[in-house]
Amino acid sequence: MTKSITVTALIDTLIDITLLVFLTTTAIAIIKIRNLFVIIMLFGIFSLHSAGLFVVMDAADVAFTEAAVGAGISSVLMLATLALTKDHEEKKPSHHARIPLLVVLITGAALVYGTYDIPSFGDPLSPAQQHLKPRYIERSIEETGAPNVVTAVLASYRGYDTLGEVVVIFTAGVGVMLLIGGRLKSRRKEDKQ
Amino acid sequence: MKHNLILRVIVKYLFPVIALFAFYVLFHGEYGPGGGFQAGVIMGVAIIFYALVFGLETTEQVIPPQILRILASTGILIYAGTGVVTMLMGGNFLDYNMLSLNQVEGQHIGIIVIEVGVGITVSAVMLMIFYAFASKGRP
Repeated sequence: MTKSITVTALIDTLIDITLLVFLTTTAIAIIKIRNLFVIIMLFGIFSLHSAGLFVVMDAADVAFTEAAVGAGISSVLMLATLALTKDHEEKKPSHHARIPLLVVLITGAALVYGTYDIPSFGDPLSPAQQHLKPRYIERSIEETGAPNVVTAVLASYRGYDTLGEVVVIFTAGVGVMLLIGGRLKSRRKEDKQ
Repeated sequence: MKHNLILRVIVKYLFPVIALFAFYVLFHGEYGPGGGFQAGVIMGVAIIFYALVFGLETTEQVIPPQILRILASTGILIYAGTGVVTMLMGGNFLDYNMLSLNQVEGQHIGIIVIEVGVGITVSAVMLMIFYAFASKGRP
């Protein structure tokens, strides 16, 4: 019994390391490569690896969203944007980025330092696991009848928040239409004149 | 990509599968991973996939851009409307327990209805954004 648990933990660690190595390699490649088409493809691969990591962390719903939005639709939208632009090569910066590098290093160090205060992954004593979560896990089936607790929380307990999120998506759509969608008709009229 | 035979054949086979999977994700969200948002994105991707191979004109004949604007707002109306209905039935805003005499049944109905609303809005907005970008590139 204990042996099989250690083997599972070992495999989990191996998968974690593999995915993180791929993730870092993709990130470095994105920084180095100047061809925007390649970068968009790499962004998709990056999202797919993050989705894999979410699956390893048992967050299937988040992984699903990441794979569908990050790897799927945002790549298509970025490609569509790229098709509208003329330059497909990113220009090399003319100066050395010393000050930005310093800012990034300090911020990164502060963030890493901050992670020491975060409870370790899956810690049963952390505030997030103690406060509302037990209530959701114990009562959600009885109260909502939905076996997927995530859906029960999103759609029922936190229905207001989800309504807000949908309005945000709608607003994004309206924003894009106002910026580039509406001009189409007037431009065609101008063409006719 | 209109003249690529392999792509055209594969899209014709894959489109129904992707669309069906979107509906599965929508209605199975209560039992497994997924829900309205993911279903909406997958449905949007299925149609964008079709548009990439068969061209924007063909897709616009099936789903005109005007309909997308109506659909995007319909989804939110369904969601918020559910809340108003529960208020009219004597509960709080989005209190699904009011939708049926049985509490769990009311929750089931409420969750499915709002997920459908979310799915409609998300897929319509995704397509709207894609149309907006893709039609700008047209001469």
